[in-house]
Amino acid sequence: MTADGQWMTFLALMLPFAAAAIAPFLTGLFRHNAAWVLAIAPALIFLHFTGFLGSVAGGETISGGYAWIPSLGVDFSWYIDGLSLTFALLISGIGTLIVLYAGGYLKGHEHQGRFFSFILMFMGSMLGLVVADSFLTLFVFWELTSITSFLLIGFDHSREASRRAALQALVVTGLGGLSLLAGLLVISAATGETSMSGLLAAGSALREAPLYMAALLLILGGAFTKSAQFPFHFWLPNAMEAPTPVSAYLHSATMVKAGVYLLMRLNPVLGDTAAWETILPVFGGTTLIVGTLLALRQTDLKLMLAYTTVASLGLLVMLTGFGSEKAVEAAVLYLVAHSMFKGALFMVAGLVDHESGTRDVTKLGGLRAEMPVTFGAAVLAACSMGGLPLFFGFLAKEEIYAALGFADGWTAIFTLVAIIGNGLMFAIGFAVALKPFLGPKVKTPKHAHEGPVLLWLGPVVLGTLGLVSALVSGLSHYFVSSPMSSAVAGETVSVTISTVPHVGLPLVLSVITVALGVAFFMTIGRGRAAMAAVLNAIGWGPDKGFDQVMRGLTRTSYRITGVVQDGKLDHYMTVTFVAVAAALLIPMVLFGELPSMPSIPAMPFYEWVVLLIGVIGLGAVIYARDRLTAIVSLGIQGFAVALLFMLMGAPDLSFTQFMVETLSVVILALVMTRLRLSPTDHRPTREKIGDVVVSGLCGTALGLMLLKVTQVPFNGELSEFFAQNSRVIAHGRNIVNVIIVDFRGTDTLGEIAVVMITGLAILALVRIRAAKPADTATKEG
Amino acid sequence: MRTLIFRTIAPYLTSLMVLFSIFVLLRGHNDPGGGFIGGLIAASAFAIYGIACGVSPVRRALYFHPMAISGFGLLLAALAGWLSIFFQVPFMTGLWTKISVLGLPVDISTVMFFDIGVYLVVVGSITSIALALEEREHG
Repeated sequence: MTADGQWMTFLALMLPFAAAAIAPFLTGLFRHNAAWVLAIAPALIFLHFTGFLGSVAGGETISGGYAWIPSLGVDFSWYIDGLSLTFALLISGIGTLIVLYAGGYLKGHEHQGRFFSFILMFMGSMLGLVVADSFLTLFVFWELTSITSFLLIGFDHSREASRRAALQALVVTGLGGLSLLAGLLVISAATGETSMSGLLAAGSALREAPLYMAALLLILGGAFTKSAQFPFHFWLPNAMEAPTPVSAYLHSATMVKAGVYLLMRLNPVLGDTAAWETILPVFGGTTLIVGTLLALRQTDLKLMLAYTTVASLGLLVMLTGFGSEKAVEAAVLYLVAHSMFKGALFMVAGLVDHESGTRDVTKLGGLRAEMPVTFGAAVLAACSMGGLPLFFGFLAKEEIYAALGFADGWTAIFTLVAIIGNGLMFAIGFAVALKPFLGPKVKTPKHAHEGPVLLWLGPVVLGTLGLVSALVSGLSHYFVSSPMSSAVAGETVSVTISTVPHVGLPLVLSVITVALGVAFFMTIGRGRAAMAAVLNAIGWGPDKGFDQVMRGLTRTSYRITGVVQDGKLDHYMTVTFVAVAAALLIPMVLFGELPSMPSIPAMPFYEWVVLLIGVIGLGAVIYARDRLTAIVSLGIQGFAVALLFMLMGAPDLSFTQFMVETLSVVILALVMTRLRLSPTDHRPTREKIGDVVVSGLCGTALGLMLLKVTQVPFNGELSEFFAQNSRVIAHGRNIVNVIIVDFRGTDTLGEIAVVMITGLAILALVRIRAAKPADTATKEG
Repeated sequence: MRTLIFRTIAPYLTSLMVLFSIFVLLRGHNDPGGGFIGGLIAASAFAIYGIACGVSPVRRALYFHPMAISGFGLLLAALAGWLSIFFQVPFMTGLWTKISVLGLPVDISTVMFFDIGVYLVVVGSITSIALALEEREHG
């Protein structure tokens, strides 16, 4: 592909972030109508990606990218085949509708600009995730979706429930992210590949690698948490604390499908093994049943939909796990269908909530006259969800049953699971779409009437699309289903199913499902009561378990902190110095590296005198009666050392040593008065002995080490390099200074940053004490 | 500590020391000295001034908060390093040019600005610690 096209794709990937940056300003200017402007960004992206439809349908793949960190072999690269293209179209297409919907839904909200910003950032992350080629790009965007999801769930941050839900989602998906990272590292260690395209090209290399099982489990850890598989499903219903546009977009149409995306992407290289074909269907099937049963229990429209989303994700994982051609086709069709109908139903639920003031299904009814457009959209979406003929959901369901069939006992179990799950979803889908609108009119907190165009546009478009795409199934299969199925299956697959019912086993099973669904729908009240009783009897669930784990974690870390950081300065000092002594002494003794006894050096007498002064200074420190004298005596010793440096020909060092000694005496004296230490030392003898041992050990260790250092042969290469090049390269005669500011300038930059941070920390410490009222008593200086 | 003699002499002593510290800073590239030592000298100068005349005159004389001076120094040092980006050479490469001041040729370099940055960080951090400690003493 041409360089221009590459540039355009990069721009398309970055556009959401640019839009996110200007969203708050636009919202400041146009209020909620900023949605119309901001929706242009995803719409443009959508158009850009539709440009690839033709070539991808022709079996081509599009890849591109830039070197990111060439020295580490890390690229920012993308790979567009049927799978990523379908996802990209879903993300940008539904994203356009969601931005518009959010414009109406959060109209007048004081932080609407921030919301637009978050949701556009999420869009960019999700888009990057599905087109990512290199593992690192994939991982970075994967984590970005978790972070933006955290921001969006916690958008209403003044409520505790939404803060908890946000944190829970972040912890669960963040742990999964770590697992994914480890999985990707294992994969690249096992195969030497660092990109999806390379891995797919390597064929079955990964399946045959001894690390296959580790890679599989780690990847599943990432995928199952992200896609809310049982027992990690609990964060998804809690995430319904987010505003409805978020629920519709992240937690049904896109982000939660990231795990499914990953499984589908890796199906050609990880799949087709006994482990894959056991773990995925079992977890997927369990999630499907658990999800639908829990959905039955709910009365809140959003929660009902959330649990069916969990169930749908389970169904997708189950189908991906089967891995046969038909199963892959079924998964693909269901994924596309689900994104459309669930997105629409969520928006309907939000609309009902927005207009009537409640989303409790038992307190709603008879809204059909007031909200006819919403009602229409809801019915369209529910028909697709229930898998009625003429709708896209019907194609998916036919394909599911064709894939599962009744081949043997194993598939029969999952067929049964699918029938029950689909039947329950049928009932819940229609409960959401019909109950609020049919029946006698129920008084709602707000007087309901049809919402503005911004609000109903999304559900209407998605609901209609579920019908139209099935009617022109030939086209949708050619451009979307077949290329995507081929990418997932790893070989060319052609989807042919159409809306015309074919008499056969799948149709029979479909009919059974619908009949079962109608039966469930009729008895939904009793089902709800029964489920409530069962759940109350169980009492404990993963959601509660999460709280217990988190509480345990904080309590444990609190205890550890209490032990490690007891807040006593003398303990810290003792530990530090014992560690220094141990680190120096133990290796020297263990490896027999103790220095040999040095000979007495021939020094002129004045150097001996200076040395003697230093020793006297030390003696004075030990024998000083009060602390101030000790501090000053320490200065004497320091000055003596500085003098020695001077005599040995290191003026810079000596100069610095003088200044440091002066300043430390001054600062120590100031600290002493500041802390109101008693002028004399009151330690009991027992403590003194311990301190003497520690300081003696430290001194001995350092002394021995210095002796040893001077006794090993000296490599003068560096000194010579500096001596020769200081004038030539760095234009300076003072080698010490040239090293500091030029040759090793980056080190110095780090060091001065440390100096400043230390300064800030000390300042903060001083301030903390100053804030205490007991210390504010003034003293004449 | 606040004797009349000390108080009288401190401002002069401080000015001399600051002047000397700048001298030490600038000669550093060829003779003993440099930003670090210069910074220490200037910091002790301010500490002396603070001990002699109290903290508020020092704060007034400095005008900026010492920590802000420190932060500016760090920024300056980092910018001096980043400048190499515009010349397609690795980070922190020293760049030199000659300018003419009053008809005299003077070598000027990013290295010098880096050293000034070091000087400011040291002055700022240590002065702010010393002043904060003195402030409490004199209340």
